Amino acid sequence: MHIINLVFKNTFRHKLRTSLTILGIVIVILAFGLLRTVVSAWYAGVESSSASRLVTRNSISLVFPLPLSYREKIRQIHGVKLVSYGNWFGGNYIDEKNFFANFAVEPASYLELYPEYILPSNQRAAFLRDRKAAIAGQKLAIKYGWRIGDTITLKGTIFPGNWEFVLRGIYRGKDKSTDETQFFFHWNYLNESLKKTMSLRADQPGFYLVGVSNPNLAEEVAVALDKTFKNSLAETLTETEKAFQLSFVSMSEAIVVAIQLVSFVVIVIIMAVLANTMAMTARERIGEYAVLKTLGFGGWHIAALIFGESLFISMIGCTFGIAFTFPIAKVFGDTMGTYFPVFNVATKTIYLDAAVSLFVGAVAAVIPTWRAIKIRIADGLRRIG
Amino acid sequence: MEYKTPLVKIKNLCKSYRRGSQIIPVLENITFDIEDGEFLALMGPSGSGKSTLLNLIAGIDTFDSGIINVGGVDIATLSETELAQWRSTNVGFIFQFYNLIPVLTAFGNVELPLLLTRLSRKERREHVETALRIVNLSDRMNHYPGQLSGGQQQRVAIARAVVTDPTIIVADEPTGDLDRISAKEVLELMDRLNVEFGKTIIMVTHDPHAAEKARTIKHLEKGILNAHNQSRL
Ligand SMILES: Nc1ncnc2c1ncn2[C@@H]1O[C@H](COP(=O)(O)OP(=O)(O)OP(=O)(O)O)[C@@H](O)[C@H]1O
Ligand SMILES: [Mg+2]
Repeated sequence: MHIINLVFKNTFRHKLRTSLTILGIVIVILAFGLLRTVVSAWYAGVESSSASRLVTRNSISLVFPLPLSYREKIRQIHGVKLVSYGNWFGGNYIDEKNFFANFAVEPASYLELYPEYILPSNQRAAFLRDRKAAIAGQKLAIKYGWRIGDTITLKGTIFPGNWEFVLRGIYRGKDKSTDETQFFFHWNYLNESLKKTMSLRADQPGFYLVGVSNPNLAEEVAVALDKTFKNSLAETLTETEKAFQLSFVSMSEAIVVAIQLVSFVVIVIIMAVLANTMAMTARERIGEYAVLKTLGFGGWHIAALIFGESLFISMIGCTFGIAFTFPIAKVFGDTMGTYFPVFNVATKTIYLDAAVSLFVGAVAAVIPTWRAIKIRIADGLRRIG
Repeated sequence: MEYKTPLVKIKNLCKSYRRGSQIIPVLENITFDIEDGEFLALMGPSGSGKSTLLNLIAGIDTFDSGIINVGGVDIATLSETELAQWRSTNVGFIFQFYNLIPVLTAFGNVELPLLLTRLSRKERREHVETALRIVNLSDRMNHYPGQLSGGQQQRVAIARAVVTDPTIIVADEPTGDLDRISAKEVLELMDRLNVEFGKTIIMVTHDPHAAEKARTIKHLEKGILNAHNQSRL
């Protein structure tokens, strides 16, 4: 036998109390992990954005378009390598509940700008060939059971009518942080229809996407670009893709802060719960600790017993919490798929889970240990009987 | 009669408790010796300071003034760590309520003090088995305290007290919680430890039957040792 055996045996003396405490820790670790994942999912678009891509839009607001004629002018700016453009289409699939991002884009340049969308070359060729072709991310295709060759109808909200597309490709993300829930089709298909039905809205991309030859030039190019269209009918606002994405999500910064605060608060709460469990435990065992001290065991032994038990409980909770985080995050990610296109539990979150549990376990043991060590043996023995 | 050297020398021992601003004297100027191989019973009314005196001799409490010398060691000079070390090798403890660790088997409880020694696992096992054989509980080795009677638990506690082969055994009302038959067994065991194994035993008791087993009886009265000590010898 080793003194550590006593830790294991002690831990399960009050099975109900220990189990409830462990359950609490499991829930906190789960909540902590999921909340953190929600926050990082929220910023996923920002994280995955490239430093060598710029987004140019109308300086008044994103809802105002830009003339198609800007394309050539942008191309001529020094440092610009590639120009693509598109519109947020905002179509619904079957009904409004089925939300996902769908864009009309200039396909060839767009795919060149976004090498992280991986498309087999035959699908790529098929997509570029067919005017009514569309491609979808793998997650989206799986969610709706789409196969290549399927006809998909989107109901336009910004551009009224039923729009039919033929699925010609399903793209995969280069890594986990790539959004696989988007839908792209030919900008020309949209534009030609608009020419017939609403000619006033034709030839007007909602945004330009600009690839720069060198990320270090991004800032310069953005300034030069906006200067080019200064005092024109449609002035531009050009930002890096990151800044652009951030301007979307930062609207809800308050929510993100609230979520982070909540994940911090649950940790403080569980710390109090575990500290209470350990205080009760240590108080009940004051007599036993006194006996151990009588036999010659020192303060370090008592500390090892109490810290060991506290850490043991918190690490059991942590282990189960982490084990449950993955399946639950998966279910959560699947149901919330199109709102949080990238919903992965980061490795860092797991490390944080472990660190938090260690911290909680250690802090909870401090006061009970201090009390158990400080009490005089004779007084401790007096508590028995 | 053979000459015996005193194992424990107590001189002008004073101990008081502090309750708030109030100081309560418990032991006043106690002086006496305990010889090596002695079996001493400490008697006296409740609150007279018997447990306090026993705790002081066993080195688990501190005193105000005076000297306690055990086997040549002035225990007041030891640091807390040294004292713990000293206790683990020199003193065996028997309590009124056995004070076994409920989650450990009889074997585990007896092994406990040996965890502080350098003995190997195998040596520890041998020592524990020997101690349990002495108290006649070899067959209950794997029982938990909750599965043992009070008398059996106290015998496990005795095994725990002797397993390190200490010089002194202190017992605070070891039969106080036992029925007559169990008490008799425990007392016979203590007698054996004294006679056969030569352990010096200091036992606090209220029970005159228990005290009869001892060779010397001392009475404490309000913290003062009574003059007319009776002796069996
Ligand atoms: N920690 C303490 N604080 C204050 N007073 C104490 C403390 N411990 C003991 N006393 C007091 O010291 C006196 C002697 O106590 P002690 O336990 O030594 O008596 P005792 O002779 O063993 O009594 P009993 O036969 O009831 O066990 C009592 O009056 C008790 O109230
Ligand atoms: Mg007493």
